[in-house]
Amino acid sequence: MNAIRDLERKACEIRMDVVRLVYTTGCGHIGGDMSEMEAMVALYYKHLNCSPEKEKDPDRDRFILSKGHAVETLYCILADRGYFDREELMSTYSRCRSRFIGHPNNKIPGVEMNSGSLGHGLPMAVGMALAGKMDRKDYRIYTVMGDGELAEGSVWEGAMAAGHYKLDNLCAIVDRNRLQISGTTEEVMSHGNLEERFMAFGWNVLSVPGNHMAAMDGALTVAGQSAGKPTVIIANTVKGCGVSFMEDNAAWHHRVFSREQYEQAMAELQDRRARLL
Amino acid sequence: MSIANKQAICNVLMEKAKTEKDIVVLCSDSRGSGSMAPFADSYPEQFVEVGIAEQNLVSIAAGLAACGKRAVAVSPACFLSTRSMEQVKVDVAYSHTNVILLGISGGVSYGALGMTHHSATDIATLGSIPGMRIYLPSDRLQSEKLTEALLEDEEPAYVRVGRNAVEDIYEEGKVPFEMDKAVFLREGTDLAIIACGEMVLAAKRAGESLEQKGIHAAVIDMYCVKPLDEEAVRKAAQTGRIITVEEHCPYGGLGSMVSQLTAAKAPCRVVNLTLPDAPVITGKSQEIFDYYGLNEEHIVRVAEEML
Repeated sequence: MNAIRDLERKACEIRMDVVRLVYTTGCGHIGGDMSEMEAMVALYYKHLNCSPEKEKDPDRDRFILSKGHAVETLYCILADRGYFDREELMSTYSRCRSRFIGHPNNKIPGVEMNSGSLGHGLPMAVGMALAGKMDRKDYRIYTVMGDGELAEGSVWEGAMAAGHYKLDNLCAIVDRNRLQISGTTEEVMSHGNLEERFMAFGWNVLSVPGNHMAAMDGALTVAGQSAGKPTVIIANTVKGCGVSFMEDNAAWHHRVFSREQYEQAMAELQDRRARLL
Repeated sequence: MSIANKQAICNVLMEKAKTEKDIVVLCSDSRGSGSMAPFADSYPEQFVEVGIAEQNLVSIAAGLAACGKRAVAVSPACFLSTRSMEQVKVDVAYSHTNVILLGISGGVSYGALGMTHHSATDIATLGSIPGMRIYLPSDRLQSEKLTEALLEDEEPAYVRVGRNAVEDIYEEGKVPFEMDKAVFLREGTDLAIIACGEMVLAAKRAGESLEQKGIHAAVIDMYCVKPLDEEAVRKAAQTGRIITVEEHCPYGGLGSMVSQLTAAKAPCRVVNLTLPDAPVITGKSQEIFDYYGLNEEHIVRVAEEML
């Protein structure tokens, strides 16, 4: 899937899956699911060299969802890509004895590493990228972090090592939606100029409108061409993107729809999808 | 002259790394204190320095392991078992990555440096994590056998060793070793002494002293603290009296585990000799052991009192 319009339509369809999943199972971090969507769809439907057939292929690209709470988007994408049965996900997610836990678990096909505790994805991605360099492999490593997550010190330990080892096979994406559970990121713990911070750690920095598919796609293409430096894409996104009453509202970090809200959300997304056909 | 357990482990890694290129050693500015400098010098392409960043050390090791490497993360036990505990829990144990965590200068090895540098809770902290195995080898020869065995399997493990050379427990070329099976250094019917790590030497000597007094004490090297060798503990319990000896706080270590097991499955009298539930006194490690009764003389005295 290469055309931007196709990717946009896919993002809309995955948003509908996520809304349905959260509504039917009664849980999920939907605000972050929506803001990371364009990055996740651009990765899984164009840039990542991975598929269910290549699940154990040593040459596959690796992805770690460091902001593991936004797992619903990952699960819906993996189901859509054929890693497991979509209806099993829809009917059992977070239910008693389900294999679909509320954070990524690598017993699920397609999930590389467990996450959920913030600040782990980037350092683990550094280890994977180092392994690729040692073995002179061409595979690439990607991770998506939240912007609130960047308050974790371990993120910067990982950033330091990635710069030190010049891991140009590593790309981190920051879902910069500027909201976390207690309010705005700048109120809770300000990041100031995030671009300059990563640059100081020896990174190639790209800053793009993160819910704009062509921009995300372009940034990932540029990241793939980096030489001698890891790349971070600051994806300036909108929490809850795609559903009007959720957008830019911290209350939707973790909330479940009423029936009316669910119907309105699906109607908005169906309307958007119709315009992309 | 013997060598420190960590040096014995480095020697095994050096030998294996000649042909096994998937072995990767990671240090957190600890290659000198961990005796890993020879490895770093000989195999720079199989060595990763992460700087003073123990959380990063463990996560990077997990990432390497997830891509097929056999990662050995080496750092002082005090930092590895607490600063990076969550990385051990999530990235190693929960994610089930093939990482060996080597805690160097464990227990009170750093002596007078104080509680920041002591790891008297590492068995409790890391042993409480589902999927983590805990090993405290007693001498250089057992350390070699253990390292060889751990490199053969694909399960996470934490190994704690002390800082200094310790007297050999075993004889070169005659080291009884079966993975996760305790070693009976001495059979006995009057009581059993179960020890791990560097305390095995004191237990062994105590067993010899007791024998001279006509007291037949079994002495057990429980290098495999988790999974605990249940069969060995049950056998020890048949004597009716067990003394556990460990360089660890009273809670969540070898003594706790032996007591838990015997209470449930093989009731007998159990006395735990441990470090206190408090910062220990200032001093060299042997002075600390002597102060808290973690030595041959005190083990003998406790044994006599139990009879």
